[in-house]
Amino acid sequence: MSESAYNFAYLDEQTKRMIRRAILKGLAIPGYQVPFASREMPMPYGWGTGGVQVSAAVLHPEDTFKVIDQGADDTTNAVSIRTFFEKTAQVKTTTRTSEARVIQTRHRIPEEGLTEDQILVYQVPIPEPLRFLEPRESETRKMHSLEEYGLMHVKLYEDISRHGHIATSYAYPVKVEDRYVMDPSPIPKFDNPKLGDMAAIQLFGAGREQRIYALPPYTKAVSLDFEDHPFEASKADHPCGLCGAEDSYLDEVIVDDEGGRMFVCSDTDYCEGRRAKGFVGAMAATDQMAATTMTKPTLEVL
Amino acid sequence: MSRADQPLLSVKSLSKFYGAHIGCKDVSFDLYPGEVMGIVGESGSGKSTLLNCMAGHLAPDRGEVVFDTRADGPRDTVQMSEPERRMLSRTDWAFVHQHARDGLRMGVSAGGNVGERLMAVGARNYGDIRGKATDWLQRVEISADRVDDRPTTFSGGMQQRLQIARNLVTGPRLVFMDEPTGGLDVSVQARLLDLVRGLVRDMGLSAIIVTHDLAVVRLLADRLMVMKSGHVVEAGLTDQVLDDPQHAYSQLLVSSVLQV
Repeated sequence: MSESAYNFAYLDEQTKRMIRRAILKGLAIPGYQVPFASREMPMPYGWGTGGVQVSAAVLHPEDTFKVIDQGADDTTNAVSIRTFFEKTAQVKTTTRTSEARVIQTRHRIPEEGLTEDQILVYQVPIPEPLRFLEPRESETRKMHSLEEYGLMHVKLYEDISRHGHIATSYAYPVKVEDRYVMDPSPIPKFDNPKLGDMAAIQLFGAGREQRIYALPPYTKAVSLDFEDHPFEASKADHPCGLCGAEDSYLDEVIVDDEGGRMFVCSDTDYCEGRRAKGFVGAMAATDQMAATTMTKPTLEVL
Repeated sequence: MSRADQPLLSVKSLSKFYGAHIGCKDVSFDLYPGEVMGIVGESGSGKSTLLNCMAGHLAPDRGEVVFDTRADGPRDTVQMSEPERRMLSRTDWAFVHQHARDGLRMGVSAGGNVGERLMAVGARNYGDIRGKATDWLQRVEISADRVDDRPTTFSGGMQQRLQIARNLVTGPRLVFMDEPTGGLDVSVQARLLDLVRGLVRDMGLSAIIVTHDLAVVRLLADRLMVMKSGHVVEAGLTDQVLDDPQHAYSQLLVSSVLQV
């Protein structure tokens, strides 16, 4: 089959209409999980089938598209989804956050602030924040409709009693517009403060679970907490090893088998942008890299 | 709103049918504040159906369950909206299941189990919640250092006591108990009954206790209803019914208890 045999952005027009209706409903009721007839996509569940369907429904031929996976543009998931839309929608793609109109993301919000003409599409594995506390779907739906969210705090209570602090570090639940409790997908809780009051539209797609939910621009999203254990957006307490940024979320990278490690920005575009502007981190210097490779053989001789 | 001379719970000709089969039929009684009502009968006599209908777990086919609410006075809970009824069952009502596992979250620590009802009604201060949970564990004779242990590590009697603590922490006014001592050995039963009796007296609770164990009602209940085939066949003061049963079935029930 030739590539032109695909409809624009893979899905047929009726399916895209159905998804758009779910998106509109989601935008009208922020944080509410709208069921939709999720389609089989040419990728396994867990690889972003929900996000891909939402992206397909909102993409225009003239759009520029960016995909990030854990903040990076160059990981398998990001590369394959980007290529998928290059092939099926012939849209322009980019790795630059500011140039993209639609950004599909897995587990991160870009460091760079988003604008009103951008759409952020999240890939969601489990949309139900109450799932691991209450396994019955019939019951969780009832809890959402009756606003019975005491159970969510039981989870945070358990965290504090076991670890002395709220140890939930990703997929940290938020309350949207004082109504629905929402799972922000497994983004680190460092990103939670960015969810609320964001200029861009945020869409959440869960393919296997067949749910879409959304945050319209400038929506209130408050992370749940206790009065005496307030929410804290945490990150590794280091500057980025490559660009020296102190304010970005960091990945820990093991660099050798002697306990050596470095912390680098998980948002690769942000890190590259900073380095292009001349910021240099402690471990970025090439001569220092040469020095480590120089000392290594000596150690082996010893 | 609530006065001692006004019934806390007033059940009027409550009926529940399972198809053509009778669950319970035309049950009426009043329960006054601080009173403990026992419901006895053999298996299948409709006592659990009746309890579940009153507690809102089952929808009755006919009849009223009028509860004297704090805010609005007497209201028929059968006609209440579901959010209202669920709110009631989190605040003024408590339900103690026969099997502690049905009433507890087994994957959540004892403190979390007790704190859940507090958090469900809006408590958001960890220190306060934990303090109250620890206090309640001690009131049901569970040592405070077990607060972070899961109920799976507790014995059957402890689980049942934990379930009671979890239910009473929000200071309910009416407790439904479905065979609270079922499946416990006799010495643990005795301790549990002693505890429940103390709590009922101290907190001025009203309770409806369903059981097939006459000793339980003898110890706890002020009044007694004997059920058979979905009907109430005899009702009266506990001692009166047990010492001088009038109905043939009550006589059979009383005489069936082994005298040791």
